[in-house]
Amino acid sequence: MLTQEEVSRYSRHLIMPEVGVAGQEKLKAAKVLLIGTGGLGAPVAMYLAAAGVGTIGLVDFDVVDVSNLQRQVIHGTKDIGKKKIDSAEETMRDINPLIKMIKHEVALSSANALEILKDYDIIADGTDNFPTRFLINDACVLLNKPNVYASIFRFEGQATIFAAEGGPCYRCLYPEPPPPGLVPSCAEGGVLGILPGVVGLLQATEVVKLILGAGEPLIGRLLLYDALAMKFRELKLRKNPECLCATGQVKLIDYEQFCGIPKQPEPPPMSAEISPKEVKALIDAKENFVLIDVREPHEFQIGRIPTSTLIPLGDLPKKVAELDPAANYVLHCKMGGRSAKGCDVLRQAGFKNVRNMTGGISAWSDQVDPSVPKY
Amino acid sequence: MAKILIPTPLRQYAEKNNSVEVSGSTVGEALANLTTQFPDLRKNLYNDEGKLRSFVNVYVNDEDIRYLQKDATAIADGDTISIVPSIAGGRC
Repeated sequence: MLTQEEVSRYSRHLIMPEVGVAGQEKLKAAKVLLIGTGGLGAPVAMYLAAAGVGTIGLVDFDVVDVSNLQRQVIHGTKDIGKKKIDSAEETMRDINPLIKMIKHEVALSSANALEILKDYDIIADGTDNFPTRFLINDACVLLNKPNVYASIFRFEGQATIFAAEGGPCYRCLYPEPPPPGLVPSCAEGGVLGILPGVVGLLQATEVVKLILGAGEPLIGRLLLYDALAMKFRELKLRKNPECLCATGQVKLIDYEQFCGIPKQPEPPPMSAEISPKEVKALIDAKENFVLIDVREPHEFQIGRIPTSTLIPLGDLPKKVAELDPAANYVLHCKMGGRSAKGCDVLRQAGFKNVRNMTGGISAWSDQVDPSVPKY
Repeated sequence: MAKILIPTPLRQYAEKNNSVEVSGSTVGEALANLTTQFPDLRKNLYNDEGKLRSFVNVYVNDEDIRYLQKDATAIADGDTISIVPSIAGGRC
């Protein structure tokens, strides 16, 4: 039964026959779990709260950072440093005090996933890494719950519903994750701030449709969105008869290991790394060495170390022939990941004196020159 | 000629192109022509055994080639081949 307050609040739903009182009651009774309250989770959470989804669970363990605010509209400047889950709850509570919210302040893992997911009807995956995406998929397959999925990168988004009755799962589409390092993360590759708004609302739309049982759900279809071209495309997704979900072999595993992420990252040999302070000392002492910045030109424009030469990582293999193998090199990027790969490229080409500046220009800004902006 | 759509994460290996026109009568031939033109794409699309990597799917129009004739899937003029890698971003 809807209260008088609810009738007033949801009147624009109630006057549409496709929702009506019955539909609004379904929304009120629904329990939806949002995993991640970042770029995708923000619009999903806000709109589902506004729509009157009765119980919304939130999973996140992160803290609001200033660099989140370009896209995570559920958090504001006043929330910097606050737990995302608390900041999200506050915004949702303000939008709609009539709904129930459950906060799960944990990193989802094989140990807790089934226990957390089991009480919800629909799961919305708004996470940002492959291990968690495989974990959510497998838990949804085991619990027989639809996983409303979306992911984003730069200007592109993907959305679909996995693990719905009779439909394909994430593993049917991608049996294995990419090896670490081959696909850049958002933190390295960037993301257009508006993109998760569009893609997150595709996700929210599918959640609402599943609850109402209305329209044609995005099951067995992968929707691709390209913001630059402003094009939507749709590809067919099939249940793979050889997939673990079809052969009944899904079980929760060690997803970090599955995705090739070492438990404790092996420290590189000391000789291969150099700290920003040591690099500064080399520059001040006018030591003979080449400082190569392997970031992209647009990152170089944000801030640079004055003596550095820009050679984006993708161009490095072609430029190797122009470099003197006998010279001393220090490579850096934003955080140290890409330049470590750049060091490998040079070493494989026979260069002997190649070092990676630990922590990249971000650490340079912290330790040497705060006037270089962090981004 | 068929059109191959290059997804954002792989454009850096294809001189920033978002689509490339290639010749070939099968998907395998078209992709071989693509990776001849852009050799850096090869290791991102194929593993050391020369098999398409399992986090990359290839579609002809809207159909996954795993459910057609895989590499031997015939293509006609005007077909669109999509390379669709898994992407994980969202919370970040």
